[in-house]
Amino acid sequence: MELTNDWYLVLSALMFVIGAVGLMLRRNPLVMFMCVELMLNAVNIAFVSLGTELNDVSGQIAVFFVLVVAAVEVVVGLALVVAINRRRADATADDISVLRG
Amino acid sequence: MDQLLNLAWLIVAFPLVGFGLILLFGRRLGEPAAGWLATLAMAGSFVVSVLVFFGLNARTAGDRRFVQTAFEWVLVGDFSVNVGFLVDPLSVTMTLFITGVGALIHLYSIGYMYGDPDFSKFFLYLNLFAFAMLMLVLGDNMLLTFLGWEGVGLCSYLLISFWFSDEYNASAGKKAFVTNRIGDWGFMVAIFLTFTALGSIQYIEVLDNASGLAQTTATAITVLLLIGAAGKSAQIPLYVWLPDAMAGPTPVSALIHAATMVTSGVYLLTRVNPVIAQAAAWTPSLIAWVGAITALFAATIAVAQNDIKKVLAYSTISQLGYMFLAVGSGAYVAAIFHMVTHAFFKALLFLGSGSVIHGMDNDQDMRHYGGLRKLMPLTSATFIVGWLAIAGVPPFSGFWSKDEILAFAWEKNVLLWLIGLVTAVLTAFYMSRQVFMTFFGRYRFADVREDEISEAWATRVAKAAGAVEEATAQVASFEEAVDKAKEKLASTQAKLESRTSEMAEADSADEKASAKATKNLERAQAAVESSHTAVADAVDALAEAQRAALAAQVAHEGVLTAAESAMTSAPGSIFDEPDIGDLDDVDLGAAPKARREYHPHESGWLMTLPLIVLAVGAAVAGIMNLPFSSDVHFLGNWLKPSLYPNEAHLSSGAVAKWVLAVVAVVGGVAGIAFAVMVYLRAAGDRVRRIRRIEIPLFSRGWFVDESITKFVGGPGTKSFDSLVCFDNAVIDGAVNGVGRWVRLCGNSLRRIQSGLVRFYALLVAVGALALFAWFLSRASW
Repeated sequence: MELTNDWYLVLSALMFVIGAVGLMLRRNPLVMFMCVELMLNAVNIAFVSLGTELNDVSGQIAVFFVLVVAAVEVVVGLALVVAINRRRADATADDISVLRG
Repeated sequence: MDQLLNLAWLIVAFPLVGFGLILLFGRRLGEPAAGWLATLAMAGSFVVSVLVFFGLNARTAGDRRFVQTAFEWVLVGDFSVNVGFLVDPLSVTMTLFITGVGALIHLYSIGYMYGDPDFSKFFLYLNLFAFAMLMLVLGDNMLLTFLGWEGVGLCSYLLISFWFSDEYNASAGKKAFVTNRIGDWGFMVAIFLTFTALGSIQYIEVLDNASGLAQTTATAITVLLLIGAAGKSAQIPLYVWLPDAMAGPTPVSALIHAATMVTSGVYLLTRVNPVIAQAAAWTPSLIAWVGAITALFAATIAVAQNDIKKVLAYSTISQLGYMFLAVGSGAYVAAIFHMVTHAFFKALLFLGSGSVIHGMDNDQDMRHYGGLRKLMPLTSATFIVGWLAIAGVPPFSGFWSKDEILAFAWEKNVLLWLIGLVTAVLTAFYMSRQVFMTFFGRYRFADVREDEISEAWATRVAKAAGAVEEATAQVASFEEAVDKAKEKLASTQAKLESRTSEMAEADSADEKASAKATKNLERAQAAVESSHTAVADAVDALAEAQRAALAAQVAHEGVLTAAESAMTSAPGSIFDEPDIGDLDDVDLGAAPKARREYHPHESGWLMTLPLIVLAVGAAVAGIMNLPFSSDVHFLGNWLKPSLYPNEAHLSSGAVAKWVLAVVAVVGGVAGIAFAVMVYLRAAGDRVRRIRRIEIPLFSRGWFVDESITKFVGGPGTKSFDSLVCFDNAVIDGAVNGVGRWVRLCGNSLRRIQSGLVRFYALLVAVGALALFAWFLSRASW
């Protein structure tokens, strides 16, 4: 069986769905955070594989931007997680609704 | 010589630099250095103007036009405006007298503003004004002129309300600003219209291509410019601000509200003469009629003013009316000629009045002057030159320029000429009145004034009434004393009776007791006796007090009748010594005494030197444009390139011209003679003579201000109130309605904002799915 690009896309879709469902179902902030990363990387795989298929380098370039943004996001996100854990060690994402309108 | 023209920018730069320096260092420079700096800037500007004049004069007549572009100012699409200076005969003529007269008035101000706490600020404004005014006349496009136009308006506002702590001055400034705004609107729309019609607002292009304008467009532009000019040059109906503008310091009145700024309307109309030529035939006539009616109207008001500066203010409006009459008659040269001579003699008259006010302890009421000829010889001599010039007495300058305007008016319309002539007679009359009231006749400053006399009588009456009251109170108190004494008498008599009966009852055997009774009886008898004398004394005193009260009553009545007769007796003419009866200094208070001890004085050289220079100018400026042959028509020949072929030509023969001139002179002399009859001749009923001329209609300016106040205060306010209703209900309603609606939406939407991250994620997913579904449904497979 030849490893075609379609498989990569299927993998990407699966990873994205896992990430999205995890984000919606899990309550642990850290796990939710990892789900977001999963979704980002799923998109990265899609970018790279489509870039190869279309013979367009901009797919790969987009990945670099995503990585950079993701790295930045990790910094902010982890800081938030730490701050939340400091206030309440057992806090879940549902306990934090200070920004309710 | 041509390089001299390149100096043109310096004319504007000097006052601007002066302004900048005073702005930065004004307080440190202080008095009088700031004034000298400003004067120096103006003088420099004048010198450069003269150099530029020579440079322009060296060119041939047809070539006398030079544009110096400093930089590009506005560039929008194909609309571009430069900061550039148009140097041509018209603008150079304007700059020469603006900087020349301006420098003199700056010099004068150093003396006039002596000791003012805001000395340097005054010169700051003055230099800024000079900059704006020069920008106005030198600007090579309408926008730059408009910049100067607004600049002079601002400076006018600042300087009118220079002493703004006084409510009246502050509101006078506001009045000028607001009234001018109406005119500025006209000017602005005229600029827009010119740009739409010709695609440029550069004077050179506009004027050279004016013949391509449609008649309607040209008419509209002219009428709009007339509105603008009427605002700045104080013509009917926008003249109301100028009399109030006299609230500013007198040098300001001389520079801005007589010599320069108020002439900018005339300048503007002269500048755009090709556009006027293109307009419908009724537009120049409109200009002429506005001018003529304003001239007559203002002259009638000037006849009955008592404030020395108000007379000159209305006179200025009237003279500006002459210039408009000239412009409307196509006599542009005459208009500019009169503008220049007027700048000389009106600046002279204003500065002269400033010198008088200065010497008279800031009193501006001419009724309090009189006989100042000997006390202020220089001021009065120069003022008399100005008077003869404005009255149109040959060979003084005003005669030549006014005569030329009248000649052109004669050809335009006999009625216009007649109005001009009547105005000339009135001008001669009211100016003579001013001179006679100020410099001739009896010295009246020390006179006790009418209100002081009536006040003194009132205090006297009050004093007498007080004395009566006091005497009455005294009588009452003595009456009481009599009563008391009588009571005492009664009680002592009762005691005597009881003692007598005691005596009778006393046992004669008891020696001791009878001796005591006898003693008591004797004592009682003595008490009765003394009470009798006390009663008699009290009755005497009462009679005395009653007599005094009667005397006080009589005295009070006497004072009352005296006061009444003093008040009701026909008021004497202000020229006769006031009848003060037997009032003395005690009754009159301190004010008349202080005035008696005040000595009016001639001003210092800083103020008299400009007066002398201006007097020379006012006397001989007629040389500029003598009517005898075209060779001596210097100003006319000089201005020709700026006027295109639009200057009207007199078709009347020499005889007609001579007759017109003689009629004008006779009119002027008649005005002066009439003033002599009314104000100098002591015989006859002077009060009635004066009252018949100075009727309230004139003295209160045809009730224009009152009517405006009444209208705006009554129906005006009401109509605005109804507009407020509309504003509150509709405009504010719409705005507030939008706000309310948004809040309503927000209130229902805020529920989505749960604060739960996972819920948001769900929303995003649902949204993404919805988008996905939408794309799928639109896909075309």
